[in-house]
Amino acid sequence: MKKKLATVWLDGCSGCHMSFLDIDERLLEVLQFFDIVYSPLVDFKEFPESVDVTFVEGAVSTTEDIKKIKEIRKKSSIIVAMGDCAITGNVPSMRNSFKLNSVIDRGYAENSDKHNKVEFFDVPPLLTNVLPVNAIIHVNYYLPGCPPPADAFYNLIKSILNQEKFDVFQHTRFGK
Amino acid sequence: MLYEELLEKIDDQFLSKDKQSTISVCVAAGCLALGSDKVLEELKRIFPDRKVKGVGCLGLCSRGTLVRIEPEGFVIEHAKPDNIDEIVNFIQNPEKIGDENKKFYEKQQKIVLKNCGKIDPESIEEYILNEGYKAFLKCLNELSPDEIINEVIKSGLRGRGGGGYPTGLKWSTVAKMQSPIKYLVCNADEGDPGAFMDRAILESDPHRIIEGMLIAAYAIGANRGYVYVRAEYPLAIKRLKNAIKNAERFNLLGTNIAGTTFNFNLEVRLGAGAYVCGEETALIASIEGKKGTPRPRPPYPAESGIKNYPTLINNVETYANISTIINNGSGWFASIGTDKSKGTKVFALSGNIKNTGLVEVPMGIKLYDLIFEIGGGIPNDKEFKAVQTGGPSGGCIPSEYLNTPVDYESLVHLGSIMGSGGMIVMDEDTCMVDMAKFFIDFCKSESCGKCAPCRNGTVQLYEILDKITKGEGNERDLTTMVKIANTMKKTSLCGLGQSAPNPVLSAFKYFKDEFYEHVLHRYCPAGVCKFNGGNR
Amino acid sequence: MKIKTFTIDGVELSGREDQTILEVAREHGIKIPTLCHLEGLTPIGSCRICIVEIDGKRFAPSCITKVEDGMKIVTNNSEITEYRKTILEMIFAERNHICSICIANGNCELQNLSIELGMDHFEIKNQYPRCEVDLSHEKYGIDHNRCVLCARCVRVCAKIEGAHTKDISGRGHNARIITDFARGWGEAETCTGCGKCVQVCPTGALFEKGKPVGARKKRDFLNYLKIMRGQ
Repeated sequence: MKKKLATVWLDGCSGCHMSFLDIDERLLEVLQFFDIVYSPLVDFKEFPESVDVTFVEGAVSTTEDIKKIKEIRKKSSIIVAMGDCAITGNVPSMRNSFKLNSVIDRGYAENSDKHNKVEFFDVPPLLTNVLPVNAIIHVNYYLPGCPPPADAFYNLIKSILNQEKFDVFQHTRFGK
Repeated sequence: MLYEELLEKIDDQFLSKDKQSTISVCVAAGCLALGSDKVLEELKRIFPDRKVKGVGCLGLCSRGTLVRIEPEGFVIEHAKPDNIDEIVNFIQNPEKIGDENKKFYEKQQKIVLKNCGKIDPESIEEYILNEGYKAFLKCLNELSPDEIINEVIKSGLRGRGGGGYPTGLKWSTVAKMQSPIKYLVCNADEGDPGAFMDRAILESDPHRIIEGMLIAAYAIGANRGYVYVRAEYPLAIKRLKNAIKNAERFNLLGTNIAGTTFNFNLEVRLGAGAYVCGEETALIASIEGKKGTPRPRPPYPAESGIKNYPTLINNVETYANISTIINNGSGWFASIGTDKSKGTKVFALSGNIKNTGLVEVPMGIKLYDLIFEIGGGIPNDKEFKAVQTGGPSGGCIPSEYLNTPVDYESLVHLGSIMGSGGMIVMDEDTCMVDMAKFFIDFCKSESCGKCAPCRNGTVQLYEILDKITKGEGNERDLTTMVKIANTMKKTSLCGLGQSAPNPVLSAFKYFKDEFYEHVLHRYCPAGVCKFNGGNR
Repeated sequence: MKIKTFTIDGVELSGREDQTILEVAREHGIKIPTLCHLEGLTPIGSCRICIVEIDGKRFAPSCITKVEDGMKIVTNNSEITEYRKTILEMIFAERNHICSICIANGNCELQNLSIELGMDHFEIKNQYPRCEVDLSHEKYGIDHNRCVLCARCVRVCAKIEGAHTKDISGRGHNARIITDFARGWGEAETCTGCGKCVQVCPTGALFEKGKPVGARKKRDFLNYLKIMRGQ
């Protein structure tokens, strides 16, 4: 039976997902062993039960992200934090040095000529600080890089499948 | 000049009046703040034919203002300016004064504080009349430098600043150095929260420090000395400067001291309030006019100190012991205390204790005796919880170890240190997590920022403890806390960084349950920490 | 000059009495990670990354600890690694080190250390302080977000260039590299504009304006200088 693979996109630029797709024809090889059961790349609405491996892209920025990541932790046996945003906060966390309101004003009010007032409807509220994924849940593998190179993805998936030791720094590093 | 000749130089007025009965009003910082200068003025006016004088610290600061009457030896407590009639009544009828605090005075043994509360700190004459400068003149006239150092070695005196390095050994290292210039420094940069021993000594008996330094300077061959006092001690500075001026007047400082070829100039240097400047290499940098940051040792200041010349640095209390060692002999001194810790130690009792104040006890006294007999125990019928020794560099000691003798080794064994002598007693209403947070907060703002473990570790530890006291901590935080604390302890550059995690580690060691209560159940057993949404 | 004998990781070695543990170790190809140390500058032992265990009881920075007879030095074990990693983690967490947008990405000694010590994530909380970027100098800039306070720039400026434009002001986590009297770098009258500080900076804190991202820093130029000066 095939194993279940999921990918999640939190506060990130989707670059990690693009890099994941960059494993190109080796994707077919991966699909021999895995079903992709949840991902921005496919069209499933609910995160399914008992997923074997979940790749998480992006940092935790909203209350919704916290809810989501906790649920995913319950339903996944292995969680891989992929990319610097998930591991350190990276670019999204750059707003942490500033007050949240001034960031929102700068982003949505100051630069707009029509609306000088920001109102949020039905949008999950932002956290005061952007957090790395491992600040909320336990993470099994870390795959640094911005984004991690395709080879790194491929080799990590192979290592997980064969239950081999994975040497992260052979393939990637922070900021790669 | 011999001691007898020095005595002859003293004006008759000091001799004649001293024989009369005396009224001594404490004018050290604590009592002064309560208006003891007004009491002194009033009493001088009311009793023109008795000797009324200001003296240094009498010890029982929590009951200030203190007035002591001789020859009866009674101490009037709470002698505030408003109660002047009552004070006068007591002075006229000394038998009415109660002696409920007899234990406080009886259990102490005073070497360093011998003159505290007895002599007028602003008068060199009174100091000289109480065997002052006798030891120094004996050294100058009768002993060779080697003999003096041998006496200090044999006495077993160890550094009172906290580290406990054998003083004689330090002296002989500097004495052996071949150098045209040597420096002598007295470290009076007392910065521990809850510590006021050095301040009290400087305010009460400044000449004792000068005499100790003179003996040291003569023994090691130094001609220049500094007293490094923090600027927050204006009264101590004033009295010290006054003492230096008077010593110069009696030709006990300066050139050709007491008619010999020995020269020694003493200068007061003010610290600008950085705690780390109590660390000897940072202190030296500060004296040199640089930013007060420590540098790695070796080389030790004994080899390369101020301007790279050999420098002897001792604490105030260490110097204060010297004259008595010379006067009474090293054998006498070595007979006091324990096997490895000789002599006495001055402690500043504070916190949840009845008799807040300054005490001097022989080394090896049980913590219990110090806190419950001399200190009078915990006020308001509360339970004793722990005692923090050594300030922010020390650790807390819980009630099961109250039988521990107070000496260098025993306290280190318990994860604390002797430190300079601050002793903060905590009752059941103290939250140990909160306490650890307080001390780490102190170290955080006092870290000099040179080495990475201390600069960052103090901030990280503070944030973790802050999180826990707000009920937001988890078990992982505790693991991280211990990891960071251990890293700091083992890898920091200077003593501040290495000992900064001690309060955290010792609190976690002895009060683990309390940390876990905070983390697992959002419950503060002492009821100090207020969590969002209340306890539990 | 006396010769001292000691062991490093169980191997008997000898060195001159004026040599540090790090110098001897490097002579013999034993790798010890460093951060604030740079050959040609006075070592100050402030980053504590290069700590080694001596005689099984104390830890000392190898860059400033001189070799002594009979020393038993261990350069790597699980305890040392844990301390080094914790220190490194704390240095990363101290300022805003965001590799992906940093000018030194791929050419950064801090980044290299994370690889060398196998640090792929942080256990501790990032500080996210507000830090300034000073671009007032015509040729160079300083981004305090990337500074690790190794004081290499301070040392090279004072000891090699002889200008002492740079120093550290403030204490604890408020410590900052300053130029002259903490005015903008552009206003610093003592700065000769030599750029040595930029060359020795281990991270992207000091940079030359207009140079492409990842412009190579020549951190080993001090060695040439030493040879040229016949030192």
